[in-house]
Amino acid sequence: MGRLIRGRAHVFKRANINTDEIIPARYLTAHDEAELALHAMEDISRDFVSRVRPGDLIIAGGDFGCGSSREHAVWALRGAGIAAIVADTFARIFFRNALNNGFLAIECAGLAEITSDGDDIELDLDAGAVRNHTTGASRLFTPLTPFALELLEAGGLLPYVAQRRGVGSPNA
Amino acid sequence: MTVPMTITEKILAAHSACDSVRPGQIVNAVIDLIVAHEVTTPPAVNMLAKMGISRVFDPSRVVVTPDHFVPNKDIQTAELTRQLRRWVEEQGIENYYELGDHGICHALIPERGHILPGQTAICGDSHTTTLGAFGAFATGVGSTDLAATLATGELWFKVPETMRFNVSGALPPGVYSKDLILYIISRIGVDGARYRAMEYHGSCIETLSMEARMTICNMAVEAGAKTGIIEADQTAVEYVRARSDKDFTVYVSDEDAEYAAALDIDASSLEPVVALPHLPSNGRFIGEVEPVSIDQAYIGSCTNARIEDLREAARILKGRRIARGVRAIVVPATSAIWRQALKEGLFEIFSEAGCVVSTATCGACLGGHMGVLGRRERCISTTNRNFVGRMGHPEAEVYLASPATVAASAVAGCITDPRVFLNADPMTVEAAPFQDDIHVGVS
Ligand code: SF4
Repeated sequence: MGRLIRGRAHVFKRANINTDEIIPARYLTAHDEAELALHAMEDISRDFVSRVRPGDLIIAGGDFGCGSSREHAVWALRGAGIAAIVADTFARIFFRNALNNGFLAIECAGLAEITSDGDDIELDLDAGAVRNHTTGASRLFTPLTPFALELLEAGGLLPYVAQRRGVGSPNA
Repeated sequence: MTVPMTITEKILAAHSACDSVRPGQIVNAVIDLIVAHEVTTPPAVNMLAKMGISRVFDPSRVVVTPDHFVPNKDIQTAELTRQLRRWVEEQGIENYYELGDHGICHALIPERGHILPGQTAICGDSHTTTLGAFGAFATGVGSTDLAATLATGELWFKVPETMRFNVSGALPPGVYSKDLILYIISRIGVDGARYRAMEYHGSCIETLSMEARMTICNMAVEAGAKTGIIEADQTAVEYVRARSDKDFTVYVSDEDAEYAAALDIDASSLEPVVALPHLPSNGRFIGEVEPVSIDQAYIGSCTNARIEDLREAARILKGRRIARGVRAIVVPATSAIWRQALKEGLFEIFSEAGCVVSTATCGACLGGHMGVLGRRERCISTTNRNFVGRMGHPEAEVYLASPATVAASAVAGCITDPRVFLNADPMTVEAAPFQDDIHVGVS
């Protein structure tokens, strides 16, 4: 994965955006990312799906992704083209699911407060910094743990497990 | 020298071959029990297939039941269940509970003796924390975690910090463990225990039945916790012994174990609690809740649809009728609970009161079927989440409460203190104009 990620912001300032809002349970009968993506954020922002473009970022408040364990929430957002999420904090299972999918989730307190929809945001993973190129503001974020970085670099938990055990022979 | 540890730390240490673990440490823990249902398992099975992994690590550690959308609500859910069933056969998984024997997984697992004190358990479902009532480390995970555990029998965890809740005193009549946990969540917030273990202690907890303890551990996740846990005491051991002959280890927290925070609660000072839309942390004592009218009353879910819950609801509904304009839906959590309720004559009470009774299913708890809400409809429910859109239309409103409060509200037609009915003779209350007679909002 690249160490610099740059994209357009979609800001969800409110805390506790839950998985029912990210992908309502009525769509859980699907698990195809493209199909789930059609309903991403539907109950909180009707036009999110029409606004989002590949490579965009979500910038959110605290406890993003609380609620159910549905990994469908991560798939729906990734399917919609979201490249990374930066939130004040993440709910536990959502954060786990993101890492397990090799999907970047960064905790950076206060970024949502100083970001507006459409701002040009750059994440520098090595420096542990976020820059808002539209406003010139920047923030430092909590660096990911070495284990989390390993998971991301492997592309998620399953490739990581496979790498360590040899593909196709997990019991070996 | 041994390092003092909490139960959670001890279980994780024992399962990752460490003498001791500290909060924040990443461990790879052996998983004793893997629970699977039809929503999150098929994606995990597909992932395994993509990786070329064809065998589950140890089928005897896997327990499977379809629960969310059973009986299949449409073609898509029929296909999910079909996929689940085919996989169960392929893998030779013996612990599969088919429709008629099925139940909401978190209620079914303890009932059939699959969870033992001291174990580690995961399920692709956030309310797996329920199993912590047996002194086990149980947590909800996503499909990828589920796939990895099915393949390897192990899973990574960051050892959580533990918060300690000391609950003393007895719950007053009409106040239940649901009220206690809604109260706790209202005190600490929906992320008050984020990434942490919630450990419950105290004379109140010790007197609670396993059913009541399960309700408390079930909702730990609504405070963001990784797990909810209660030391396995005699009550827990007897419950498990009646259902399993397997050996187990009981872990207790060391007296000098370190806690991230502690909260003391006097249960005797509590009143019925109702969580207002749209967060489980919006709990208020019933005296402060407006007696708003309701369209639906729902008694179901892994939180509060065990036999004790149904009995409490029946106590209030017996000899009464639900109010005009209210739909009341009772969904026992498992098939065994359903049969027990039938034998005890509870269905007759529900039916005569004007309720409908369904087979066990998650159903409307997650807006699946069996009572999905329409636009601007208001429901009082024994479930665990009242997020926007959780039970149906995003403009619907869900209030969370105990089975007694839900039953009382169904009778009154508006959100109502169950103690009004518990103290009264059914006939005199029935004769009275409910809504005017009930002192809600006055304290
Ligand atoms: S009853 Fe509701 S909360 Fe419990 S497992 Fe089913 S959907 Fe989840």
